[in-house]
Amino acid sequence: MVNYSYIALVLIIPLAVFIITGLFGKRFQSFSGILGTAGMLAAACLSYYAAYQYFILGSRGADCAWPTIIALKQTWLQFSPNLRIEMGIMVDSISVMMLVVVTTVSLMVHLYSISYMHGEERFSTYYSFLSLFSFSMLGLVISTNIFQMYMFWELVGVSSFLLVGFYFTKPSAVAAAKKAFIVTRFADLGFLAGILILSFYSESLDFQTIIHRMMDYNGSIFLAANSASFMGASALTWALCLIFIGGAGKSAMFPLHIWLPDAMEGPTPVSALIHAATMVVAGVFLVARLFPVYSQIPAALDVVMYVGAFTSLFAAIIACTQTDIKRVLAYSTISQIGYMMFGLGVSGYWGDKALGFSGSMFHLFTHAMFKALLFLGAGAVIHFIHSNEMGDMGGLRKKMPLTNIVFLVACLAISGIPPFSGFFSKEEILTAAFNHNKLIYAMGLVTAAITAFYMFRLYFSIFWNKPASEAGGHADAHSHGEAPVTMKIPLVFLCLATLVSGFIPFNEFVTAFDKLEVEFHLPLAIAAVSAGAIGIIIATILYLKPSTMPDKIAATLGSIYQSAHRKFYVDELYLFITQKVVFNLISAPAAWFDRNVVDGMMNLIADVTENFSDEVKTFQSGKISGYVMWFFAGAILLSILIVYVL
Amino acid sequence: MSLLNYISMMRFEALALGVVIMLLLVKVFSEKMNASVVLGFVNLSLVALLGISFVGHPHGTAFGGMFRIDSTLMLEKQIITLALLLISLQANSWLKKHSSYLEFYVLILSVIIGMYFMISSGNFLMFYLGLEMATIPLASLAAFDFDRIKSAEGAGKMILSSAFSSAILLFGLSILYGTTGSLDFNRVAENFSLTSHLELLALAFLLAGFAFKISVVPFHLWTADTYEGSPIAVTSFLSVVSKGAALFIFMTALYQVFGAAHEKWMNALVLLSALTMTIGNLFAMRQSNIKRFLAFSSISQAGYLLIGVITGSSLGMASVFYFMIIYIFSNIGAFTVVSVVSENTGKENIDDYKGLYKTNPMLSLALMVFLFSLAGIPPTAGFFGKLFLMTSGASAGLIALLIIASLNMVISLYYYLRIVKAMFVDKNESPLEDFAKDNYSKFVLIFCVIVILTLGFCNYIFGYLQSLSFGL
Repeated sequence: MVNYSYIALVLIIPLAVFIITGLFGKRFQSFSGILGTAGMLAAACLSYYAAYQYFILGSRGADCAWPTIIALKQTWLQFSPNLRIEMGIMVDSISVMMLVVVTTVSLMVHLYSISYMHGEERFSTYYSFLSLFSFSMLGLVISTNIFQMYMFWELVGVSSFLLVGFYFTKPSAVAAAKKAFIVTRFADLGFLAGILILSFYSESLDFQTIIHRMMDYNGSIFLAANSASFMGASALTWALCLIFIGGAGKSAMFPLHIWLPDAMEGPTPVSALIHAATMVVAGVFLVARLFPVYSQIPAALDVVMYVGAFTSLFAAIIACTQTDIKRVLAYSTISQIGYMMFGLGVSGYWGDKALGFSGSMFHLFTHAMFKALLFLGAGAVIHFIHSNEMGDMGGLRKKMPLTNIVFLVACLAISGIPPFSGFFSKEEILTAAFNHNKLIYAMGLVTAAITAFYMFRLYFSIFWNKPASEAGGHADAHSHGEAPVTMKIPLVFLCLATLVSGFIPFNEFVTAFDKLEVEFHLPLAIAAVSAGAIGIIIATILYLKPSTMPDKIAATLGSIYQSAHRKFYVDELYLFITQKVVFNLISAPAAWFDRNVVDGMMNLIADVTENFSDEVKTFQSGKISGYVMWFFAGAILLSILIVYVL
Repeated sequence: MSLLNYISMMRFEALALGVVIMLLLVKVFSEKMNASVVLGFVNLSLVALLGISFVGHPHGTAFGGMFRIDSTLMLEKQIITLALLLISLQANSWLKKHSSYLEFYVLILSVIIGMYFMISSGNFLMFYLGLEMATIPLASLAAFDFDRIKSAEGAGKMILSSAFSSAILLFGLSILYGTTGSLDFNRVAENFSLTSHLELLALAFLLAGFAFKISVVPFHLWTADTYEGSPIAVTSFLSVVSKGAALFIFMTALYQVFGAAHEKWMNALVLLSALTMTIGNLFAMRQSNIKRFLAFSSISQAGYLLIGVITGSSLGMASVFYFMIIYIFSNIGAFTVVSVVSENTGKENIDDYKGLYKTNPMLSLALMVFLFSLAGIPPTAGFFGKLFLMTSGASAGLIALLIIASLNMVISLYYYLRIVKAMFVDKNESPLEDFAKDNYSKFVLIFCVIVILTLGFCNYIFGYLQSLSFGL
């Protein structure tokens, strides 16, 4: 048995950095950036070593599945022999993969932020929040039981709240942070209810035990969970759907996606870390973690599939109409996560059926790299232009040559053009969808075309569209060049990762259960690539040069364009429901009850206590004879009580 | 049994006595000693005392059953020694300035020796001797701020009240001797009969005597004046060590000697416990002096501790130990902050703490942690302490008492948070200046904060305590 307990260090280092920079950061502002980056570098190296040890030195077990190893396990709270909460480290193929993804992107963001956040007054606070987030996210992926995961899940939510609201003097940032926190917290209610139902039936919180018990078709526990029915669905279906609501909240699935675009108010590197590569895929990870159980219940998987596919298409359409570059990327993230979700939804558990699972994980991996690259590239552009609006950009290809290249690579990757990484992972998901459900496949294909379109719309609007000489309207106002070296290194590194990661034989490493033989379907590949190519060609025609065509098209589409531009009025719908329905019908009466009845009771208690306290004060007279008298009275009373009464 | 064996059994008493003798010799033979050297020596010997207590598992009795030792008693002695060590470090800067620092240690070590004997006693005679030895020097310590009249007043009230309580206790003991024919714990337990009114009267008097020591309402009235008047180090000693030692021997006596009458004392203690936490709380709400405030808060904490005693189970005893350890760190921590502030500015009123966070952020945060722990707010250790006490009470079926306790915990939140509010929220034109803190106090503060924040998560500690506990 190989010892993986050193993975604990991967968590301890960011936690230590968080504590150090949080407590003492003010004294050595600039040093906290270096400390955070160095700590993350150490954590990343340990994760790479763990991956090397697990995937290269280790091998599949006798049943062709990658082994699940519990590296550490410590009982934290023991309530009863059955019910205990443990803290541990679980090493299996997806947790090792997530360790690599999280530490890599986090390291890049740490490094990038040294210059990006330079001169910020709360520089050390920023780094301590970043470390807290990394710690929470890493804790989430290595959790051995669902309760531990839930704790880290909430920690992730809190640290994301802190980071999104980092510019807390900006009202929009505060509103965005609150929105993100409340929406995900609301979804977590579903998650918690799901956890309770699932653990109630499986009588355990431990992932391995839950999976083992729920995979046993004829076991009494599975039968009990599957036969207990509530409103036409079994308890297990309910539990899985509720847990999926939690995942959908964090992963911004329709209709809980509304927080993610607003969360772009946070610093751009934070968006790269949280809203592209790590936190938002927590929902996908959650479904993947419980995938063996999901695979037992086709109804629950269908929910995942339809929600994922719909979100994917829906967000892609909105992305075409946005003008804030970070918002375009945000909607593109939602769309791509939808891809991962329906990838899981179309997957089976055994053998070749598990293609969707592997594809989804593969896409998670490649997406983390190229989307982080896109965000960091966008950050470089924003850093240079001091604006988020596409209208202020254009023609930057000469002024920012490196950013231009890496951005192009990332756009090609997300559009699924070979040989960039996105092609391989998307191809797998689409193939799996083709084998499972043709409607989903069609939606995926259309989304792919739209994705390519809006990404190249973005790319051309930033780097082309205007002559290079007119680029950066007020770029004279600042003297710095394209970007400092600490910002360039992450760009180059992630660009290389985007170029290379497609060639990783991912199906060897991450599968749902046993081995997966993938056949390459040329027609499907041609269809996917042509979808991407069509999108790119349309975008080239419309946006390579300045033209009035896009506006004309928007005018022709009229209300359709408007409603997409207004994000299909989902935000307005939420506002209507909360302000008109919830506030008036539920909150107002509750507030009245609280003010008059509950507060009244409390005031009454306080008054009584206060008066009584006044009365009682008199017997603390300061006179020793009085004290002795009370003592004596007490002794007599006690004697009478003990001898005669009790 | 060899001499070495005796020394091993009485290692706490022997070493502490050795230190006392050495201090006296130093006083006699050397005119001027460097205060830091002496203080350092005493602190080191306290560390050594703690250290050697972990060697081996002494077990047995001596002096014909007068003195007993086993692992549980060792644990109890370790707890009070640790508390003394923390107080000694906290008092370091005060003592350095004090002319009679050497006498302070002679007296306080005599007190602790008395407590060791009291805890280890197997006979009521030994118990009484230990009790007096732990009380009389303590009263002179209470008067140790020579130039403050309040200090003398507190000491006077303490010695008069304890004389009265000793009289009642002795009365009870003599009745017990008259009816059972012995003062030996085992003999008394064998001969104790529930039907004899005299023996029950003796039990009632003993309860009153113990209740005085633990400052249970209505035997608590001396506490506030003495706590307020005494030097802060002595106040923390009174509120933590005195209370702890008396509570430990109280539990032993109740469980091992008066086990037969358990229904009687359980019901009586339920009443006393409910009274203590309620009255302690009501007083604490109205205090403006922070020492007096902590005195009353410690009275209500004693009320919670009684819950564990009443259960009569090993779970209850373990939770009393657990709560006591956490209480030591929380209360000594709080007193250390008070001591640091008072030492540097001479201010002791809650109003003086307004706006402290602006000038002394670290100190305010530390005091906040201690107050949170005293109030039982998670994730501080105080929460877990109260949780286990309540759990043990619930498994003993003390529902009514637990409801009263929970209500009191809510009330106590008000006054603990009042100080936190004063420090963090309240506006103050002229908050206390920033001042330098001595390293010993800093060490105590940091140590206490770390323990309070981590102890609740070390689940094996409670298991260890439970392995050393016993029930009826």
